[in-house]
Amino acid sequence: MMTPTPDSMVSPAQAPGLPLRAGLGLKTEHFTQVLETCPDIGFFEVHAENYMVAGGPFHHYLGLIRAQYPLSLHGVGLSIGGEGPLDREHLARLATLIERYQPQSFSEHLAWSSHGPVFLNDLLPLAYDASTLSRVCAHVDQVQSTLKRPMLLENPSTYLQFQRSTLDETDFIGEIIRRTGCGLLLDINNVYVSCINHQRDPLAYIDALPLRAVGEIHLAGFAEDTDSLGDRLLIDDHGAPIDNAVWQLYEQVLARTGPVATLIERDNQVPAFSVLKAEAQQAQWYLSQVAR
Amino acid sequence: MSIQQAFAQALLATDAVCPEGLFSSNGADPASRFAVYRNNVHSSLIEGLASAYPVVRRLVGDEFFHAMAGLYVQAYPPINPLISEYGSSLADFIQGFEPASSVPYLADIARLERLRVRAYHAADRQALDQPSVLQQLQGAEQLGHLRVQLHPSLATLNSPYAIVAVWAAHQAEDAIAMLNPWHAQGALVLRQGLAVKVFAIDSGSVIFINSLKHGARLEVAVTNALENATEFDLHQCLTLLISHDAITHLHLDQKVSP
Repeated sequence: MMTPTPDSMVSPAQAPGLPLRAGLGLKTEHFTQVLETCPDIGFFEVHAENYMVAGGPFHHYLGLIRAQYPLSLHGVGLSIGGEGPLDREHLARLATLIERYQPQSFSEHLAWSSHGPVFLNDLLPLAYDASTLSRVCAHVDQVQSTLKRPMLLENPSTYLQFQRSTLDETDFIGEIIRRTGCGLLLDINNVYVSCINHQRDPLAYIDALPLRAVGEIHLAGFAEDTDSLGDRLLIDDHGAPIDNAVWQLYEQVLARTGPVATLIERDNQVPAFSVLKAEAQQAQWYLSQVAR
Repeated sequence: MSIQQAFAQALLATDAVCPEGLFSSNGADPASRFAVYRNNVHSSLIEGLASAYPVVRRLVGDEFFHAMAGLYVQAYPPINPLISEYGSSLADFIQGFEPASSVPYLADIARLERLRVRAYHAADRQALDQPSVLQQLQGAEQLGHLRVQLHPSLATLNSPYAIVAVWAAHQAEDAIAMLNPWHAQGALVLRQGLAVKVFAIDSGSVIFINSLKHGARLEVAVTNALENATEFDLHQCLTLLISHDAITHLHLDQKVSP
């Protein structure tokens, strides 16, 4: 089911972009199994910050796996939505990783995680107004010019809204894409989580996005809680299987976009590799239904 | 105060406060939703510390560790996104943390566990193969003038407690240690290939290895160890270093010492 590359002599690991296939987040507990069994997975994705270390097993295994598979580098610490300037040292570390591993894709989040000298280790929400918009666009421009490549920006999962916001999240994202030329990493779990939390229709949210800019899709599981009114409060914890509602939304997205590189994310309560591979196969089945 | 400053302060505050200017579209109390962010920040950092300090956690139990790590997170939140480096000052925090004083070796166990994390991620460097190290040592006419370069992962620790024995006895989740921790022990941590290893070494070996790391010639390192330690077995120490691929470079220092 591999998508033919323009040059059939080019191996998937060297292809210019991510394949329009299902991929998996690479977990350290699965390094040796991946190398020993060479599973039929479209690509692997890693969190950039985990590999900002000098040497040792992480680089050893990622180097071997990168030689065989396309790679997506996914940042979780750049704080693109931060009020302060971007951390130039962190950008330089990203540039070094990109130089070393030549990933097919680099992505980051529409969120902030640092304030002043403190890194908060979470993807925090933004007020959607004109000043935030121009700041985020300036940061995306700076990332793309420093890394000399376009980036994908991921839509957030949020639990609260800001009274100061003057724009819809979808309009805000659309405007960043229009002004900076970045692509969209459409996290369908985040869409579902945010829409349930904010009483929006997930499909209407998706239709309000510039879907032609989607360069990758993320699928993940969520946890469920309740707020002070006893209403459902979904929490994006990457710790559970993908929910049926998210699979249904995925199918509806693919009907609009056609095949898109699709990542299965699991960062907590990581199960056996076979469990994740089965989810990737399920995503691959949906992809095959829309392949032309 | 900016939105993000208020948000960041509330996330790290000791009491659960909710910043102003937030709302839930269903009318729910924003505090009940802000709590999700607060919990994400705290639990992810505490979990990160728990996985970096597994033996410290076992020695004090989950509940105590979570409470202690929670106070540490509030006092010393991360200062950069390199989360593998987070918690480097936990040992010093433990040292001054009165409720942990009933486990006096806890801070040194934390120091040992931090050396293990650093060794795991330390730079790669090709070790000299063992036959050529032996050949160069045996063939050197001025053995004392040799400078010995050690692997970047290598580090030592001196403790008044039997830290290596305590650490080794708590590798399993339900370990019951039947050992005497009340005697001094030195530790050597290094990465051989992909595996991080921990060895108990004598106090002279700690001084000897640290002297080599600071660039001292072999004879100076030996003198330092003999003069400042009650026990030192040079042969055993060199054997340990050579057999675990800890030597990356040997060269003769021709300069006359001042």
